[in-house]
Amino acid sequence: MIFVEARAVTRWYHEWIAVLIALLLTVATASALLASLGLDPVSSLHRIFIRPLTSVYGVSELLAKATPLITIGVALALGFRAGVWNIGAEGQLVMGGLCGGAVALAFWGIDGFWVMPLVLLGGTLGGLVWGAIPAFLKVRFNANEILVSLMLTYVAILLLSVMVHGPLRDPEGFNFPESRLFHDAATLPKLFSAGRGHIGFIFAILFAVLGTWVVKYWHLGFEMRVTGLSTSAARFAGYSRDRTVWMALLIGGAVSGFAGVVEVTGNIGQLVPNISPSYGFTAIIVAFLARLHPLAVIPAGLLVALSYLAGEAAQLSLGVPAATTQVFQGLLLFFLLGTSLLVNYRIRLGRVV
Amino acid sequence: MTESVAIAERLSASSKQCLGVRGLSKYFGDFAANRDVTLSVDAGEIHALLGENGAGKSTLVKMIYGILKPDSGSMELLTNPYSPDSPSDAKHSGVGMVFQHFAVFDALTVLENIALGLEGRFPDETLAAEIAEVCERYRLHVELNRRVHDLGAGERQRVEIIRVLMQDPRLLILDEPTSVLTPQETEQLFTTLDRLSDEGRSIIYISHKLDEVRALCDRATLMRAGQVVDVVDPRQESTRSLGEKMIGERLNETKRSKASNAEKQKARLTVRVGDVYPESTRNVVLNDVYLSVAPGSILGISGVSGNGQDTLFDVLSGELTLPNPDSMVLDGEPIAHLGVEQRRLRGLLGAPENRLGHAAIPELTLWENVILTARHTRGILKNEHLISGTSAKAFADEVISTFDVRTQSVNAKASSLSGGNLQKFLIGRELLGQPKVFIVSNPTWGVDAKAQLFIHQMIMKMADEGASVILISQDIDELLSVTDRICAICHGKLSRTFPTDEMTPEHLGALMLGQEIDS
Repeated sequence: MIFVEARAVTRWYHEWIAVLIALLLTVATASALLASLGLDPVSSLHRIFIRPLTSVYGVSELLAKATPLITIGVALALGFRAGVWNIGAEGQLVMGGLCGGAVALAFWGIDGFWVMPLVLLGGTLGGLVWGAIPAFLKVRFNANEILVSLMLTYVAILLLSVMVHGPLRDPEGFNFPESRLFHDAATLPKLFSAGRGHIGFIFAILFAVLGTWVVKYWHLGFEMRVTGLSTSAARFAGYSRDRTVWMALLIGGAVSGFAGVVEVTGNIGQLVPNISPSYGFTAIIVAFLARLHPLAVIPAGLLVALSYLAGEAAQLSLGVPAATTQVFQGLLLFFLLGTSLLVNYRIRLGRVV
Repeated sequence: MTESVAIAERLSASSKQCLGVRGLSKYFGDFAANRDVTLSVDAGEIHALLGENGAGKSTLVKMIYGILKPDSGSMELLTNPYSPDSPSDAKHSGVGMVFQHFAVFDALTVLENIALGLEGRFPDETLAAEIAEVCERYRLHVELNRRVHDLGAGERQRVEIIRVLMQDPRLLILDEPTSVLTPQETEQLFTTLDRLSDEGRSIIYISHKLDEVRALCDRATLMRAGQVVDVVDPRQESTRSLGEKMIGERLNETKRSKASNAEKQKARLTVRVGDVYPESTRNVVLNDVYLSVAPGSILGISGVSGNGQDTLFDVLSGELTLPNPDSMVLDGEPIAHLGVEQRRLRGLLGAPENRLGHAAIPELTLWENVILTARHTRGILKNEHLISGTSAKAFADEVISTFDVRTQSVNAKASSLSGGNLQKFLIGRELLGQPKVFIVSNPTWGVDAKAQLFIHQMIMKMADEGASVILISQDIDELLSVTDRICAICHGKLSRTFPTDEMTPEHLGALMLGQEIDS
């Protein structure tokens, strides 16, 4: 018989042991999947997980992918702690990219140190507005923020598509649905000579540090956390639920929008119909992988970014389908949620007494 | 009566002992919830199980009812070896249990609820007839077609008792059955229990109300820290001596010293509200509530649970604000429109009934829980926005040492404290804020006798230092010993207020049932 018992004492490291077990299980299952395809698991895993990290180009790519994941992951961790389920970070990212990109195109060809901040501000505001919609509907009509923010994602993606097919299309682009390439004053500098890693990664790290500070020392962070843990205790403490809903979604929207504009100005360099391989959704995995600790979002984001690289490497060198990335991520989330049971419970093998 | 005799003969045919428990132990990890427990219950006996919270009473009866498996020891039921694997096993062997928290379905009728508890029975005419017969025999009155959500706590309990009696049990276990009952309902329950015992059925009666045990039970087994400490005849003991055996230390008498000159002083807080509709439809609507408290005085509000106490607490604490500011006046200032935080800044503090999840957050540490209500004192909040962990920890430390809170440190989670210690911490947290008005709801619910005494002293000390206290409680003994003035709430209406000196339990019981409250 297998018994699941509540732990008498929960220690801080139990959470991280659970994460470690989830990682091991993910690797083990991935190995089994590879073996079932007739591939040697050890060399295949080495080829897809380790080799991408052995070059400056690979590391640069890793940082490029980790940048939006970490940035958004931090904001989502704050919101999820408050019990506000912003599932639409992807849409907020797209709006950020669209609005920031639109600002960049409006000032196209104009040089000045002020162009870049303006572009970033435009993107942040775009995401903020997109996050404000579910917040308003939740506070005013008690509309479920999960549904509203999720559905708004598709609206944002379609809006971006309309814009790059129409008003923002490159006049000299042979009718391809793409904007002009942003000029230098509206492009973020790269980190390395190779790859696409850009200074957005530094912003991401700063966000993680800032997020940690908010959680630990800022009263607002405490207020949001209390509201997430118990609405009636929050009410008794004099904290307003509406304020928490607004703050969680505005922070989530603004930061995701910032991530979006950083992505288009640092990485892509122009507006295209598809600016994100679901970074906004994947950041949800990142936030939970980090157990909603803003600082832990950094390693979690790097790890998940690696799963993107691994998926690409697997396609190229092993000839497996593109869905491999999602399989890796799905396995990870699945095991992560499964092992989180171990934080508060332990498994005991034995006989019925 | 002949019917009763016949049943008695049938039941007592076997032997004198109904249940025998020998050397039962149960461990949760390293913690011994029960250690070498021995218990013997005779046929037709009403046997009390006495002990503080955490003494191991619940663990013991859970093993008898098949919910928990003992780690060692044996049981005998009617001279046969007895080791139930599940509650259903226990039922088949003739053991029934009525829980403290009722397991009834609100949306179903009484009849359907009873049918659900009986395997293979349907809520049809035949069952209704059988139930009617049982109700008649034990004088338990319920209407079978009413839905359970319309019923009061006493009626719900009757549903549970009938459900158990339908299984013709030899042994009936009742866990704190009177905690939700008025004195009159308690009286009725005792009649039923006497009747059951006359028929030769055995009853295990868990309680920490010593008066009841003395009035009702033939024998009492006293437990402390998982072990049996004594088996006594409660009728030969005084409430005081029973209490001492139960706690293991001498009790001090709690009695509110004659209220000083509080009565003559001007009221500090006056509440005068018409109808108040709570946000949640589960809470009772208040109507026409008028009350006032003077500095240094304790006002008790009695009432059976679910009669509007929750809404009243929310209105007083500010969790529910009212449109007309003048509905509540504190020291001449209208405050009814102000929220919790604004009222707290004006010295109105409180401690709600639900400790974990309302007064405190179980997942947070003690020092973090301090921030919830005490953040405006002692520099815990710097510049309005930053939290000073050092100040909050110092505050928590002060509460812990001043009020003898048993815990490892300020870093312990609120959920790790026992009910009594957590309550001491929570009331202490407010007391250090020097409240002008303190509102507290059921402060000693589920708290052991020693902590209860301590909490009563804390509340009285607060009043002695000049605070106006409003104590909402279901515990009549508590109200009669702690308060200066007393009233009752029933269906959201407040009775007249009487000086506690002139109040008797019977009179209070009548008030709790809504008598003398004009509509």
